[in-house]
Amino acid sequence: MTLTEIRPDAVTDRTIAGRSPLQLAWARIRTDKVALVSGLTVVLLCALALAAPLIAAWNGHDPDEQFRDTGITAQGLPIAPNGTFWFGTDRLGRDLFIRVLYGARVSLLVGVVATGLAALVGVVVGLLAGYYGGVIDTVLSRLMDVVLSFPYLIFAIAVVSIAGPSLTATIGVIAFYSWAAIARVVRGQTLSLKEREYVEAARSIGCGDLRIMFVDILPNLLAPVIVLTTLLVPAAIVFESTLSYLGLGIVPPTPSWGNLLSEAQGFYRVAYWYLGFPAATLLLTTLAFNLVGDGIRDAIDPRTERLFSRRRRRSRSRSLSRSRRKGA
Amino acid sequence: MSLLEVTDLKVTFPTSDGLVQAVRGLSFTVDRGRTLAIVGESGSGKTVSTQAILGLSPRADISGTALFEGVNLLQLDREQLRRIRGAEISVVFQDPLTSLHPLYKVGWQIEELFRVHQPGTGRAEARKRAIELLGLVGIPRPDRRVDDYPHQFSGGMRQRAMIAMSLALNPKLIVADEPTTALDATVQAQILELIGRVQAEFDIALILITHDLGVVAGIADEVLVMYAGLVAERADRRTLYYRPHHPYTKGLLESIPGSTGARGGRLRPIPGSPPSLIDIPSGCAFHPRCPYAMPVCAAERPPLATVTGGGGHASACWLPHEAVGLGPEADALRLRAKEA
Repeated sequence: MTLTEIRPDAVTDRTIAGRSPLQLAWARIRTDKVALVSGLTVVLLCALALAAPLIAAWNGHDPDEQFRDTGITAQGLPIAPNGTFWFGTDRLGRDLFIRVLYGARVSLLVGVVATGLAALVGVVVGLLAGYYGGVIDTVLSRLMDVVLSFPYLIFAIAVVSIAGPSLTATIGVIAFYSWAAIARVVRGQTLSLKEREYVEAARSIGCGDLRIMFVDILPNLLAPVIVLTTLLVPAAIVFESTLSYLGLGIVPPTPSWGNLLSEAQGFYRVAYWYLGFPAATLLLTTLAFNLVGDGIRDAIDPRTERLFSRRRRRSRSRSLSRSRRKGA
Repeated sequence: MSLLEVTDLKVTFPTSDGLVQAVRGLSFTVDRGRTLAIVGESGSGKTVSTQAILGLSPRADISGTALFEGVNLLQLDREQLRRIRGAEISVVFQDPLTSLHPLYKVGWQIEELFRVHQPGTGRAEARKRAIELLGLVGIPRPDRRVDDYPHQFSGGMRQRAMIAMSLALNPKLIVADEPTTALDATVQAQILELIGRVQAEFDIALILITHDLGVVAGIADEVLVMYAGLVAERADRRTLYYRPHHPYTKGLLESIPGSTGARGGRLRPIPGSPPSLIDIPSGCAFHPRCPYAMPVCAAERPPLATVTGGGGHASACWLPHEAVGLGPEADALRLRAKEA
């Protein structure tokens, strides 16, 4: 092609597309295989949890239905995984697969709702403390300290003994313990963000305190809050399992991973699946959420490079092969 | 009545090291449509005084009065002051990159003024005004650039956008705090020209804060030279440049390249450095650095007194009032006063 063949309008037609921070983050996360696989796992888990009633209807196994003829041995022991019961059965002859799926509904619900509540409270409290400073900051910060220094199991036992174990109490206890961590981070960031010149500029054009907090400061906090929240979800799931395991959370017969584990502990010698499948699912879920959180953090803030990060190693090997080629 | 009349403004900051006396009794007036330049080194109190008036330095202890159209700004509550900021008095900051919010479109940020101060304004109307304003300050194709983010603007364009914001609600007074310091020399000239043009067009009073006497030369009507939180000298632009009285003003003028005549000659810097505002020298705060310092200078603070020649020319210096100007005769007068 010669120069004269280039049409001038073809050149001017090409516009440089600006990419928003979200698009950039998406582009980065797409190259991160671990995050993608974990993300897919999370999506799959959510889909399965949502579809649990459909699956139960399809194979005809209600989560609370006891299969006394087919689901239990003559000695009254659980049945190992087979074509009918994919994860085997539990001590009452119930389908463990369906119960694990229903448990996922509870775990994910508790994880997401509790963390969402915590994020909401944490962001508001952190913003108020960081922005106003002074007495407000002192009071709110000490409140965070108090919450963070509470022994959580004793607190949970106290709450449950007053209110009785329930889904709401579980979510409440977990949210109560998670908001302070978010509030601390938000407060710290707000302290530095409120001194930025564009905040002063906003004040100089007559913006009110609320507008400055939520319009000027809050968008800058989204990245750390999103990362922190995705990392708090698995913590909340584990927390819920702990509470349910101890009988302080979700009350049987409603299945949750925690109370499944609790029921299974007497049977692990004879029925590995009874303990194994709920535990493995719990492990898989928390691992997937954690890795997704890591991936999101890397994508939102590419500057914080992790030690031995995959990306760095890859780029090093690429430059190595390039130099090898040059040498050849 | 002047538009803004500041009397005996004092601003202090309590710190763990002691009381920082940033402004120690500042008085000045600005008339409608006029330009007052406040000149001084870093730490002379020029920025602090305007910020204190606008309620933008929350941790400061402030006393004195600042009458804006007869209303004392220093006695207004936060909400009343908030209504004035941006609408009646607007501010142009030094660094347009950090003063614009990086996450919002430029047009959105201009429209914010209407949202904050005139909530009845419709979206389309606010957008139309934002485009008009961007066109007014010389942004090419404002209908497109209105949807750009600050990082897509050059430094000069950002400052133009800041000026557009400051003009949005037809303020009576604009405080420009070193508006050209962060810009290239050529862009500086353009921005100053723009400020002068919009000021004349809309009959807006301007307080121009700067440490650059070259900037002042272009557009100021009156100049206030500040040192250690006080007015050292006040004069109209011409008088200040050709007949300075205060040795500090003289020192500033002589430290401008090319001011001392001979090409290739050495600049004459002012010796020493600005005083700590926690421990301010007694008497005239400038006396430790002043080549003409007399015993009285360390003992008593000189009042701001009218200087020969009139025209509002006043200076806070014990030297005789005839000793004005940069020439050798004036110097001889000053030195004679010192010997006496």
